[in-house]
Amino acid sequence: MTMGEPALRLTGISKRFGALLANDDISLELGRGEVLALLGENGAGKSTLVSILFGDYRPDTGSVEVFGRKLEPGDPAAALAVGIGMVHQHFTLADNLDVLDNVLIGTEPWWRPMSRRAAARARLLELSERFGLQVDPSARVGDLSIGEKQRVEILKALYRDTRILILDEPTAVLAPQESVQLFATLRAFVEAGLSIIFISHKLGEVLAVSDRIAVLRQGRLEAVLPTHQADAATLSMLMVGRSIERPVRPAPMQPVAGEVVVPALSVDRVDVREGARQRLRSVSLVVNPGEIVAIAGIAGNGQQALAELVCGLRSPDAGTVRVEGKELGADPIDWIRAGVGRIPEDRQHLGVIAAASIAENAVAEHYREPPYARGGWRVDRHAIDQAATRIVADYDVRCRDIGQATSQLSGGNIQKLLLGRVLSRHPRLIIADQPTWGLDVGAIAWIHARLMSAAAQGAAVLLISEELDEIFALADRVSVISQGQLSPALPVAQWTIQTLGLAMTGSLTHEQAASDAP
Amino acid sequence: MRLERRDVVPPQALVLAPLTAVAVTLAVCALLVAWAGAPVGRTYALLFEGAFGSRFALTETLTRATPLMLTGMATAVAFRARFFNIGAEGQLYLGALAAVAVGGLHDGSGFDLPVPLHVALMILAGMVAGGALVLGPALLKVRLGVDEVVTTLLLNFIVLLLVSLMLDGPMKDPGAMGWPQSVGLKPELEFTRLIDKARVHSGLLIAIGLAVLTWAVQRFTTWGFEWRSVGESPAAARFIGIPVNTVLLRAALISGAFAGLAGVSEVAGRAGYLTLDMSPGYGYAGIVIAMLAALNPLGVVLASIFIAGMLVGADGMTREVPVPSYIADVIVAVALISMLVATMLARYRIRRG
Amino acid sequence: MTDIADNLMTASFWIAVLRIATPLILGTLGVLLCERAGVLNLGIEGIMSAGAFVGWFAVWQGAGLWGGVLAAAMAGAAFGLLHGWLTVSLGLSQHVCGLGITLLATSLSYYAYRIYFAKVSSPPTIEPFAGLGAPFDAIPIVGEWLASLTPLSVLALALVPAIGWLLYRTPAGLALRMVGENPAAAQSAGVSVVATRVSAIVAGSALMGIAGAFLTLAAFNAFFFNMVNGRGWICVALVVFASWRPGKALLGALLFAGFDAMQLRLQQGAGSEIPYQLWLMLPYALSILALVVMARRVAYPQSLMKPYRKGER
Repeated sequence: MTMGEPALRLTGISKRFGALLANDDISLELGRGEVLALLGENGAGKSTLVSILFGDYRPDTGSVEVFGRKLEPGDPAAALAVGIGMVHQHFTLADNLDVLDNVLIGTEPWWRPMSRRAAARARLLELSERFGLQVDPSARVGDLSIGEKQRVEILKALYRDTRILILDEPTAVLAPQESVQLFATLRAFVEAGLSIIFISHKLGEVLAVSDRIAVLRQGRLEAVLPTHQADAATLSMLMVGRSIERPVRPAPMQPVAGEVVVPALSVDRVDVREGARQRLRSVSLVVNPGEIVAIAGIAGNGQQALAELVCGLRSPDAGTVRVEGKELGADPIDWIRAGVGRIPEDRQHLGVIAAASIAENAVAEHYREPPYARGGWRVDRHAIDQAATRIVADYDVRCRDIGQATSQLSGGNIQKLLLGRVLSRHPRLIIADQPTWGLDVGAIAWIHARLMSAAAQGAAVLLISEELDEIFALADRVSVISQGQLSPALPVAQWTIQTLGLAMTGSLTHEQAASDAP
Repeated sequence: MRLERRDVVPPQALVLAPLTAVAVTLAVCALLVAWAGAPVGRTYALLFEGAFGSRFALTETLTRATPLMLTGMATAVAFRARFFNIGAEGQLYLGALAAVAVGGLHDGSGFDLPVPLHVALMILAGMVAGGALVLGPALLKVRLGVDEVVTTLLLNFIVLLLVSLMLDGPMKDPGAMGWPQSVGLKPELEFTRLIDKARVHSGLLIAIGLAVLTWAVQRFTTWGFEWRSVGESPAAARFIGIPVNTVLLRAALISGAFAGLAGVSEVAGRAGYLTLDMSPGYGYAGIVIAMLAALNPLGVVLASIFIAGMLVGADGMTREVPVPSYIADVIVAVALISMLVATMLARYRIRRG
Repeated sequence: MTDIADNLMTASFWIAVLRIATPLILGTLGVLLCERAGVLNLGIEGIMSAGAFVGWFAVWQGAGLWGGVLAAAMAGAAFGLLHGWLTVSLGLSQHVCGLGITLLATSLSYYAYRIYFAKVSSPPTIEPFAGLGAPFDAIPIVGEWLASLTPLSVLALALVPAIGWLLYRTPAGLALRMVGENPAAAQSAGVSVVATRVSAIVAGSALMGIAGAFLTLAAFNAFFFNMVNGRGWICVALVVFASWRPGKALLGALLFAGFDAMQLRLQQGAGSEIPYQLWLMLPYALSILALVVMARRVAYPQSLMKPYRKGER
């Protein structure tokens, strides 16, 4: 690290959203040429802090200095002008435009009568070469894979002579091996003169890639330590502030001897096509009562199509999907009647009806049945309120009253409401699609405990998740989805991080997986 | 500047919003009245008097309000399911056409039915006609994703031409001296007058009755829940098993039926026969009414009376002061926009950055 | 059949085509600019009325023809600004605001007209734009057609490649397209979504105003009620048909105008066999058909009709 003004100095940054204090008096420095990790669980305030840096939000108090000069708050153009570049967690790319367009946006004065595209293309290709981030400038962004899109997102920042690069959870969309490669690329950036802020909630990565670690908890800066002085246990404690009991798997119900077990869910050689693209290719899967089967994989490999299949939103183009032996198709009502509990990934837009009340959402899947509707048409508000009150209490949904609009709940409480809606009916098959994304550690542990106890009582659980920690904690058997194909679902003990990572990128064969087992 | 949703909307804000909208409307339109060179106070007084100030005015207002209630409800019902039916005008005319076809052609002798049955058939024909017209755009939306705004709009023009065609030919009233109007309804089929020497007719009762019925259905039945859910979160509605397309079609058909009924009401209640200029834009006014009423059927009744009052009052006012009667349309347009803004500001706060 | 072929050969047919197409070209380009930036502008029918009235009124007051065009453009821009404030700054429903503005613009025009011409049954006429005339009429084959073009038609035709250039080759056009696809991406790149969208709406609405002015300053020579008669809505349909591309917008407008001009002539030829109303229905029916044909294939600007709230959690 060189002497002189630090690349970035934050002083006393606070930001409040309504009742929530997202950032509480944070002061922090980023040295020149260093990689600073911003560590914290979901909801700790990392994204808010970085959004303030980047100008998406204005802080209530405090100031930001870049290389010694004060930065104009609330103005992304100012942040960009001074050399701050951000690689967003949710890509800021336009699918219908090509790579060059996406990189070029905002880099030229608006009054210029003609864009200098040829020069821009040359510069883009040169940067791409230099840092090993291959892209085709003429490709339509919507056609790119997730990994390629991330490369475009990074190149956008490099193209603008970024001096301070912020990466927000960049490994969320990468397989373990690809993450390692990203860290190497980051080192190359540092050598080229950049200073880096790396945001993550994953301890392992943070320890691997950074020079210093800043830990945020509930909006406050808990500690800043040099990485060589940190270890997983200390960091974990700082992140969460208390030891979280890792939920223990209750003993499973033993099947009665001789009883024929009908699989709760049976997916048999299913194909799903969308236009020209094959989303799922001859996918087969079985989930038996009492077991938790996890589908591991990075986003974009067919999970969405699979989730839609097993939630009744889509029919297969080939093959069958059966619940307890009965074939079901694209009619959510059939799935609900079959007693399948579905927890969708998109809780805001698919799981709940945002403008409806908490009470209505609590019983939404059975709104036409007694006791919630008499004769199938007359709504019994009293019965609904009763059921909703019970669910809200049992599932710890923090709200003012059950008549308020569900959109006013936090993400974690919406998820608990969804879980309550589903689990209170004691479903025999539970589909949990990314059930804990965006939630804090406490909520995650709570949800894991509920899922495990449901399995112990005989429910079959299909878990689709991108978080390897979650998979190792919950699953009995694990299958990896990669480019629309499913690996065999092997017992969790037979997988390691390495083999999982290889399977995710499609580089693992069945034999390798079996032979690598300890 | 950005907008931040308020956590709690104070009830005062929800009452203040429409009042502020009315105040802004009166202020803006006062400028227009002044531009016309007329005294503002007197103009507004005349407007109000012309709308509600006498027995005659009141009954006229209620008469004009009747089709507005129905087109307003037609729009509200559709918009609630997020089906933007802009074709109420055409559906109204088609309903009127059907009414004349059933009740007026060949002296109505084509159907040899007792009067009450014949009236019921006439009403049904009008509602079916309106619903049938909107079915096309609704199916196009559901099957092919074609935006229903433009399709329902363009159909309005086609229907008006169809009416003109009918009035020139098959439905022409031979005794009308070349003025394009249809044959009249059998007199027994016309709606009864509610009050002596006034034009208010039983169509008003039908409209109010339907408003109450619609409100009850939306509030107390599962249909109402489905309606709202499909309009607010169609993906989530589908997820919980609501048959989204069926609900949408249902809403569209009911919407068309209400608008068709407005046409029947005008022919059977007010005029007795059909002319090309029967509706001075009732269909389009329905959209404004629905928005002013925040899609609430009971609110539609009130908003219809307000707008009808403006229209009737303007007719009277324009005879006394040099203010063009179009001031009524301007008042309505400004009221709509002010109402939208005021309601938005009640729900959101303006924040810096 | 021979009737149709005969008509295609005459210069008067093509002259009529351009005359019908010009307001459609201008209006469609206007809607295109708004929608590419992500905003539906249903105010077009009203803005065209306002443009027709203001343009004609300005000329009648002595402003000269181009002065009238400028006045119409400014009237359109003013309503565009209102629409922008309501839908972009306040995030209100684009459908409802557009319809509200159509109502407002139309009623204001009629109101203003009645204030000045309270008693007259037919409005005073003005001297409209003349065709280009000599020396163009000397050119072989297309001479007569070229000579008949009014400057507004030339403007409309010139705007097609100009807007194409703007959209695809300038930074301003890229910003416009980006806010219509992913406004968050534009904002993060330092482009103000609000400013870009409102500018697009204002510019598009100015074009709509000029489209209306063509009706009173070139096609006809006076303002009368119900002049626009659904042309605005047809432009909205044509934009979808054109897949939001200027070149295709020109094609669509010409195709449409071609059908319209053809039916006028066939109607006169066929005599009283087919009721004239059926012929008049054709334009509207064709527009619906255009929408249906394009339904499955369109790639909408991804953020069309989604309000953008900066920094909303």
